[in-house]
Amino acid sequence: MTSEKSGADILVEALTDLGVEVVFGYPGGAVLPIYDAIFKQGKIRHILVRQEGGAAHAAEGYARSTGKPGVVLVTSGPGATNVVTGLADALMDSIPIVVITGQVPTQLIGTDAFQEADTVGITRHCTKHNYLVQDPARLGAIVHEAFHIATSGRPGPVVIDLPKDVQIASARYEKPTAPLQHKTYRPQTKADAAQIAEAVAMLAAAERPILYTGGGIINAGPAASEALRELQALTGAPVTSTLMGLGAYPATGDAWLGMLGMHGTYEANMAMNQADLILCLGARFDDRVTGRLDAFSPLSKKVHVDIDRSSINKNVRVDLGIVADVGSAITDMITAWKACGHRAADTAEWQSRIAGWRARKSLSFPASDHEIMPQQAVKRLYELTRHLDPVITTEVGQHQMWAAQHFGFDAPNRWLTSGGLGTMGYGLPASIGAQVAYPGRLVIGISGDASVMMNIQEMSTATQYRLPIKIFILNNQYMGMVRQWQELIYASRYSESYSEALPDFVKLAEAYGWTGMRIEQPGDLDDGIAAMLAAEGPVMVDCRVAQLANCFPMIPSGAAHTEMILHAEEVIGEASDEAKALV
Amino acid sequence: MQMTEQAAERHTLSIVVDNEAGILARIAGMFTARGYNISSLTVADITEDHAVSRITIVTYGPPAVIDQIIAQLDRLIPVHRVTDLTDLGPHVERELALVKVAGTGDHRIEALRLAEVYRARVVDSTIASFVFEVTGNPEKIDKFCELMREVGLVEVARTGIAALSRGREAA
Repeated sequence: MTSEKSGADILVEALTDLGVEVVFGYPGGAVLPIYDAIFKQGKIRHILVRQEGGAAHAAEGYARSTGKPGVVLVTSGPGATNVVTGLADALMDSIPIVVITGQVPTQLIGTDAFQEADTVGITRHCTKHNYLVQDPARLGAIVHEAFHIATSGRPGPVVIDLPKDVQIASARYEKPTAPLQHKTYRPQTKADAAQIAEAVAMLAAAERPILYTGGGIINAGPAASEALRELQALTGAPVTSTLMGLGAYPATGDAWLGMLGMHGTYEANMAMNQADLILCLGARFDDRVTGRLDAFSPLSKKVHVDIDRSSINKNVRVDLGIVADVGSAITDMITAWKACGHRAADTAEWQSRIAGWRARKSLSFPASDHEIMPQQAVKRLYELTRHLDPVITTEVGQHQMWAAQHFGFDAPNRWLTSGGLGTMGYGLPASIGAQVAYPGRLVIGISGDASVMMNIQEMSTATQYRLPIKIFILNNQYMGMVRQWQELIYASRYSESYSEALPDFVKLAEAYGWTGMRIEQPGDLDDGIAAMLAAEGPVMVDCRVAQLANCFPMIPSGAAHTEMILHAEEVIGEASDEAKALV
Repeated sequence: MQMTEQAAERHTLSIVVDNEAGILARIAGMFTARGYNISSLTVADITEDHAVSRITIVTYGPPAVIDQIIAQLDRLIPVHRVTDLTDLGPHVERELALVKVAGTGDHRIEALRLAEVYRARVVDSTIASFVFEVTGNPEKIDKFCELMREVGLVEVARTGIAALSRGREAA
């Protein structure tokens, strides 16, 4: 019989048993017993953030770059409410994180006690699941179950709310010996064989196929990306990807069309529009991808592989929905394809049409010799660092889209961005999480002057742990994407989108013990990037870019793929009220 | 094709869940958050050890939305299974109502007569009022309440719908 130990010790032991190496957190009254248990052990490393929101995004960055769950520990009340944005972000982007929140003692719950918040109530709809632990004897099992739920099926965030008295009470804990079998939660990972056969037959018969890939392939692990490449080679189908799926298929691959959707390439969106078969692999037909639904890919049969049944037929009706782990399903398709003796169809006509769309060079941008074009900055950053296989994070806005367009990813888990929720303030802490996971890797946070301010306090975290992250700010002194929409839709009435009173980022960097540098002239760009790479420790680069550059191509909200704006000259100054109502 | 073009249908969903704290908030909150309708909701535990509850929800929506509601319910962790009784075919729906009627003279006599027709029982009475208990499908309850309005209806309490599939198998 094992002896009894405190809830706090059980928590730490269970985390250790689950292979947790790092916890991102911030102490407070309701988690002091857990912090004491952490103090007394030597296996789990605690990274002290500067605000709990930073912990959640750091855990997301850690999870997205490693494929392992990120773990967060925060106190009750404000500690818990500060992680809510990170939970919603992880839910939207299917990122496995487990967040442990302290709670006031059980007997005080409901009395409006100091630092009490209804954490399970508040987080119920921004988590995959959550728990309020009331029985210390159940704690160990709940922690194991929480990790199982966070990491299996469609991954997502799980909250464990732990009252202080449960942290102190004694109970027994034993490491589970058998794999966890949940009584109600059994995600389907293996596809139905008949459906795989049907999908393969449709793929073989298609004249204009396209693979539309998403974050699910990244979540399915590196083997899924490998399988995708094999499936592409067998079928000869061109590949496009959502924002979240970048890196699953290499950007240097011949079949790569670039990202699709609102700021996707002309060739990707036109190919989606004209395809006769769309094979959607681990993506979810998000509004940023489909544009106007009734004009979305009108000629195609659609096959959708997703581990979440609710994603199938949610936005777009498909001809064949397959519930499965996408990596497993792709592998099954490859096997079935070979077993049937299929050969890649003659898609010469399709390829030549794609070549025609490609020739429009939709990612081209006007050159300038007197100011740095933000696209050029990203392009040079890519060209000068690609041999180092960096991990790239972004904040949200124009810089994020330019990074997605102009930075090429050849492997999964290199691209950390807030896709579904679009959380400004994600990138800096996510860089910290990735750098903690890979101390020796180059981690670059491509950032904007407005976004970087949202979790700027986390610079201090990087300093404390000597994390050599490089934050590369495309500084146009605007909330660029807001300003762009105001220019295109509100006749250039720039309401509150100017970044007034920005700090001197170089001095700010120095104040935090970082290296700060500024790049102002196009001719200094390469040297500036080289200096950033050469500097030891964390670096903040204030790269001053063309202030009024817009991100194109762009499909306006509610427009069809074929109504893409390629260049600024095509833009109208004011949109209808109906268009203004769209997000 | 946009899915909102389909006509709305009434569906009765039977949801078997773990009887854990917050489960009702989880289910009802999902409906609210995603903009689905609930026209009736009942819940009670259904096993000897009180570990499992059945939630019966009547909802309205086009077929694609009903599919989506079922898929969204199904992915909630404590949900054992979701059955669309409407889709399944023959099933029994019952509701209980308590109906308070006040009046004297002819109205009082007429209320009693109607109650008899509807097999409603008197569960409380004063010189000037009755409380009837009436059970049946929702249409029958509607109709009974409508008639009582003519003879002095004061107030109504309805339980919402409980439903099971017909035949010997569990749905």
